[in-house]
Amino acid sequence: MPGLPQRLQGWAERRLPALTRYRRPEGLPVEMHRRRIYIVPTGFGLGFSLLLLVMLVGALNYSNNSALLLTCLLGAASAASMLVAFRSLDGLRLEQVRAGHAIAGESIELAFTLQSSRPRNAIRLDLGDASASFALDGHGAALVKLALPTEVRGWQALPRMRLWSSWPLGMFRAWSWLHPAQSVLVWPRAETAGPAPSAAADDARHMRLHRGEELAALRAYQAGDPQRHVAWKASARHDNLLVKDFEQPQTQPQWQLDWRQLRGMADEARIARLARWLNEAQQHRRSFSLWLPGNEIGNGSGALHYARCMDALACLP
Amino acid sequence: MSTGLARRFTVTAVGQRSFDLLSLGMAFVLAVNAAHLPWWLGLALAFALGWRWWQRRQQAGRVPGWIKLPLLALLTLAVIVQYGNLFGRAAGTALAIGLLILKLLETESPRDVRVGVGFTCFTLMTALLFDQGMVSTAVVALGLLPALATLRALEPAQAPASVPRSLLSPLALLAAALPLALLAFLLVPRLSSPLWGAPSRDQARSGLSDRMSPGGFTELLTDDHPAMRVSFDGAPPPPDQRYFRAYVMARYDGVSWSYRDVANLPPAALDVGQAVKYRITLLPTHRHVLPTLDVPIQAPADASMRRDRVVMAARPVDDALTYALSSATQYQFEPQFDEHHRRWLQLPAGFNPRTLALGQSWRQQYGTDDAAIVRAALVLFHDGGFRYTLAPAPLGRNAMDDFLFDTREGFCEHYSSAFTVLMRAAGIPARVVTGYQGGYWNKLGDYLLVRNSDAHAWSEVWLAGRGWVRVDPTAAVRPERVSLGAAAAAGGQLDWYHDDWLQGFRNRWDVVNRWWDQAVTGFDALRQRSLLTPFGIRDTDTTTLGVLLAIGTTLFIAIGLAWALLRRQSRDPLREALRELERKLARQHIARRVGEGPQHYLSRAARALPSKREELMALTKRYLDLRYAHDEPPTESVHAFRRAVRDFRAKNVVK
Repeated sequence: MPGLPQRLQGWAERRLPALTRYRRPEGLPVEMHRRRIYIVPTGFGLGFSLLLLVMLVGALNYSNNSALLLTCLLGAASAASMLVAFRSLDGLRLEQVRAGHAIAGESIELAFTLQSSRPRNAIRLDLGDASASFALDGHGAALVKLALPTEVRGWQALPRMRLWSSWPLGMFRAWSWLHPAQSVLVWPRAETAGPAPSAAADDARHMRLHRGEELAALRAYQAGDPQRHVAWKASARHDNLLVKDFEQPQTQPQWQLDWRQLRGMADEARIARLARWLNEAQQHRRSFSLWLPGNEIGNGSGALHYARCMDALACLP
Repeated sequence: MSTGLARRFTVTAVGQRSFDLLSLGMAFVLAVNAAHLPWWLGLALAFALGWRWWQRRQQAGRVPGWIKLPLLALLTLAVIVQYGNLFGRAAGTALAIGLLILKLLETESPRDVRVGVGFTCFTLMTALLFDQGMVSTAVVALGLLPALATLRALEPAQAPASVPRSLLSPLALLAAALPLALLAFLLVPRLSSPLWGAPSRDQARSGLSDRMSPGGFTELLTDDHPAMRVSFDGAPPPPDQRYFRAYVMARYDGVSWSYRDVANLPPAALDVGQAVKYRITLLPTHRHVLPTLDVPIQAPADASMRRDRVVMAARPVDDALTYALSSATQYQFEPQFDEHHRRWLQLPAGFNPRTLALGQSWRQQYGTDDAAIVRAALVLFHDGGFRYTLAPAPLGRNAMDDFLFDTREGFCEHYSSAFTVLMRAAGIPARVVTGYQGGYWNKLGDYLLVRNSDAHAWSEVWLAGRGWVRVDPTAAVRPERVSLGAAAAAGGQLDWYHDDWLQGFRNRWDVVNRWWDQAVTGFDALRQRSLLTPFGIRDTDTTTLGVLLAIGTTLFIAIGLAWALLRRQSRDPLREALRELERKLARQHIARRVGEGPQHYLSRAARALPSKREELMALTKRYLDLRYAHDEPPTESVHAFRRAVRDFRAKNVVK
């Protein structure tokens, strides 16, 4: 149950978007400009202006012009720092957001690429309670990493983030909402324990040669073969390069993971089980195929294949 | 909070850099305030500062309360013992600086550092309450650098910089802020009367006093602070005519001469032979008297003239005061005596019997020839083995007897005092006059700089038919005192008078101080009101100032915004060259359409201008090559293309 302030804020943002600086999701790249950067004094800024006021009245009362000059200088420098704060955000571009992989309930790592044509200091990016600060040297891009907590599998839209800076004096905070229209895919959470998948009918049929430790034969070089596999001595006696071919009998049977095998279970439980099987297959370097309603992924192995299967699982309705 | 603006900060210890810079700023505050803190307090605070800095380098953390609280009590006690209260200017400053250093003991979080920086700025200002000269203001302003650098260092994630670099980093910000600061300084309405209690002047600088006793000037003569600056309409009087009268002292009690202020008598008669006009800027003396060159003809505004043509201001001179007046340099001053002239012969009974006897013997020797008696006295000083020194031997009860017949050493006070006593003993009306004599003529600023060390005492004697005549017995002993100035006369006796070139530099540098005093320190409510006189507005009131301030600030805000919003387009020379070509073709009514590609456009142009066809086709090819054949087109080729575009003449001669 959200508290009253949250509800008030939600209501205000719906009703008074201009007043609450509410920004709808927008496409990348997002560039900061004067229409979307807001400046407010910080608590310290307010306190400091009070101090300046005291100094001003004191200097005037004692008709001490040197002190007045000092106060004016300090006040003008503070005011100028407001513009510097604005400029530290102005022109900053959010080029892209990349997400790592995470399963529901864990936080997903987001990598923001920010680009600027001039050096900037002490810019902060807030996402929920997480905050990251970074500087830009004006040549390359900065990669800022933040963790986004997740709860359920599937596409999760990026929340609204705040980009802000109180550079240089900490008296003014220039800030802007950042709400890229982008979603990250959260993988399903695997069940903790359960039965193994029923093995495929004929394991022996799937036995085939795999690259292994034992030298099996020499064969002609093909584009893409690793250099360290070239048999240099043998090649010297031939016209073309020869490559050592390794073999390893595949001991692990291939898994055919099928949505239809798990009849009688709830959808989410099916997904959780399939996710666990995928995890195990990946852990034991099995090759596997996955059948899902509306999506069939052929046999394969490796991180990419695993990610493809998990994505497909996550996207299930 | 959920409004999004306020955020929770986790309290983290500040980095070493911010702490170092903060310590540096506080050390700076301590240094600029050191002169008006008791030395033991300054030393103790410096030690506390250094210890805390060292301690935090070893291990981050706040100093425990059992150290802090006793220190706080000790500080309060020390200030009360030293000053008697907590709220005077000096006491308040000492307390504020002490609290500032104690704040460092518990500084650990960014919030503490920010509070410390604010307080540092405040205590920097207190240093200016004691001395608002230009150099001290500049030095104090330097103290803003570590303070602002501390604030910068608090911000996370910034490009690494060395300590000197980060110290200098706020310089650009301060420089950019300077115009706005100056505008605000000019236009912030000054108060014509203070809001609360007038500032206590508990540190009056030594100045001329209305009492004079031989030896009393010593402190004044070693004080090289400027006393006043004088500019003349026309040529300045020669050095030996630069006598500035302040007090005329009639009463001698055997120990000291004193001035009695009588307000309601008209000034004595003055026949002016030759007069000079001048302006004096008198630095604060906290007294009423206004020194004037020789004998003033009229009193300036807000001042009145006493019987002996001593000028008294209506209020004590607490701020620098400029007054213009004219004085007689050749004159007959009070040629006819009134009935009160007996007081110029007054001598205390029972003092200085030998001096009195000498004076009376001269009267018997020279009869009625007063001028001869004066000459006899001057001859005595010149040939009697007298010596000019700023550190004379002490004198006993019969001071003039001791001086004239035993020690025979002293400076202006001794000579004028002894001379006046001698004259009175001989029956000649005489009096002691104190003021300033000499000064340094600053060619650069066209003004005469008179320092406190130029304080001088001389005599005036009344001679029948001539009135009061100035006689400077010191000149008989040490003519350099009058012709070259006090410093030259004293020789090596003044510790600040080291070297000729140094002294010369100090004297010339004074033109800057004078400018500062006039332009900054002396810019008061009155001067502010006449700020717009050159523009025809005689009286600038507070409302006008406020409006001007608002307009000026808006202007600066606009400039600042223009700077902040300025976006440099990445310059593309190739595109600019194409634009130029487009402009040339557009003049021939071949304008590029919206969304038309360069190739299409240029071939259309080539068709429209058959005579230029070859040239245009070549340009098109070059452009397309430069644009699409390279990631980054070679600079020389781009330049060549621009030249070709510039040389291109679109005028179709055949058509």
